[in-house]
Amino acid sequence: MLEDIAKEIRKDIMTAAYHGKSGHLASAFSAVEIMTALYFGDILRYDKNDPNWSNRDKLIVSKGHGSLVLYSVLKKIGYITQEELYTFCQPGSVLGGEPKYGDIPGVEATTGSLGHGLSFAVGVALANKLDQKKRRVYVLLGDGECQEGSVWEAALSAAHHKLDNLTVILDRNKLQAMGETEDILRLDSLEEKWEGFGWDVNEVDGHDIEQLIRVLQEDRDKKEEHPRLIIADTIKGKGVSFMEQVPIWHYRMPNEEEMEIVKKELGITEKELEA
Amino acid sequence: MRNTYLKELYAIAKEDKNVLSLVSDNGMIVYDDFRRDMPEQYFNFGISEGHMVTAAAGMASCGKIPFAYTIGAFLAYRSYEFIRLDVCLQNLNVKIVGIGAGVTYGYLGPTHHSTEDIAVLRCLPNLTLLSPATPKETKRLVHYAYEINGPVYIRLGNNLPSELYGEGQEVIPGKISIMREGEDIAIFATGEILYQAIEAAEYLHREGIEAAVISVHTLKPLDEECVLKVAQRYSLLCSVEEHSILGGLGGLLSELLTAHGCGNKLLRVGFEDCFAKGYGTPQQVLTANKLNAESIYQKIMQECK
Repeated sequence: MLEDIAKEIRKDIMTAAYHGKSGHLASAFSAVEIMTALYFGDILRYDKNDPNWSNRDKLIVSKGHGSLVLYSVLKKIGYITQEELYTFCQPGSVLGGEPKYGDIPGVEATTGSLGHGLSFAVGVALANKLDQKKRRVYVLLGDGECQEGSVWEAALSAAHHKLDNLTVILDRNKLQAMGETEDILRLDSLEEKWEGFGWDVNEVDGHDIEQLIRVLQEDRDKKEEHPRLIIADTIKGKGVSFMEQVPIWHYRMPNEEEMEIVKKELGITEKELEA
Repeated sequence: MRNTYLKELYAIAKEDKNVLSLVSDNGMIVYDDFRRDMPEQYFNFGISEGHMVTAAAGMASCGKIPFAYTIGAFLAYRSYEFIRLDVCLQNLNVKIVGIGAGVTYGYLGPTHHSTEDIAVLRCLPNLTLLSPATPKETKRLVHYAYEINGPVYIRLGNNLPSELYGEGQEVIPGKISIMREGEDIAIFATGEILYQAIEAAEYLHREGIEAAVISVHTLKPLDEECVLKVAQRYSLLCSVEEHSILGGLGGLLSELLTAHGCGNKLLRVGFEDCFAKGYGTPQQVLTANKLNAESIYQKIMQECK
């Protein structure tokens, strides 16, 4: 069951962060269903025995601070072990707070400074077209990230080059580090903006795996020569009641008392935390 | 230099379909042959330099070899973080080609000058930094950049200076080139200002001072061994660059000499922590900023007194 996989990923995100004593938990929780649909809903083409398979699709996690959701997925695939996952953010580990290309199997680009991932993906998509390969490239984009001007340079470029092999999933949780996106630097209407830039835009409930898979599958099958954007309506901190849509959880770790609630809500055992 | 670069890139791209030519709305006529003959290997990214650099990194991650070309100032400054994170940190096979080295765009002024680019770029890990002065250096270094599997920055002037290398004289990437012998002082120069340095050496010769002139076309990695050998032979050294004296050729020579406990005096000729003054041809701007041959000669004479 894909819901069970999503549960396992949420547990791993929390447990890895617990071991590393850091992590952007809420940003990672926001994208759990999106990542589950992509990797385990038969959307992304990859070889679980060979992260470098030449004909794979690629996912660029442009909101690099959400690294924990990517690492937990890579562990589920088998590219990294549970022991490795639990070294998150510790000396000697390759798993930093922001994902680094070349160090970690399955990480397709170094990200962390916002507003880079889409440009990188445009380069990948152009290369795929030159090679006449059907490989697709996906980007997990943060909504706050759309305040970076470089995102719009890349958006223009993708539409101009008719990159129908590029799909962006916009994790629209409406929060950024200091509060609500609409209070800090208004983004709406994102749909109109991206459409105006020449993109094919769809909206989806970002926590409904079935709906996500349906939309992503339709997206794969489309023939129009436009890059695609899927606005995924999400809840930042999804899965932990006191974190949901509360800005302070952008970058904070639960204290002991809060940890008891987290364990209960995510089904984490004491043993898993001791591992 | 620009035409030499384009001619060599054309030849390389003809042989290797993975070599791509990226521009940021720059090179209207000079790219015509490339565009006509290899349209599928040519991309104009529009006026978006940072995006071009990062898209180049994405292409390189798929095995392509992009040469991303535009005005150096817009690459070194505007695109700096994109070069740092997407090209250098990921150690991807991207060639960044900045034209208009120093004050080449003399009529346009400091917005288009690259007079601090060496300083900001040379501290980036994994980046090879090339600064050719003549067509022969350009030709050899473009091929060298292609041979390197990693990030390279090529700093190009726009002009078409005559050749300073003799027919049998080789350009060896990673090494310095002795352009003129002399026993009294050694002048190191990088980029097209090498021409001014050689002319300054002529003036010195008339005063009975014999200056060696050395072209430092490969700024990083620097040919430390040979620079130190030169330093042993002369008490007075001079660096000449169309760049700030902070962090450029003068800066890197100072670091090297100090680290090795050399006691040489180093006269650094370049922009003294200022933007270039005035407008005009590159030669006129150099003169206005006391970086023409005669000014270099006078500065050295003052030091020799």
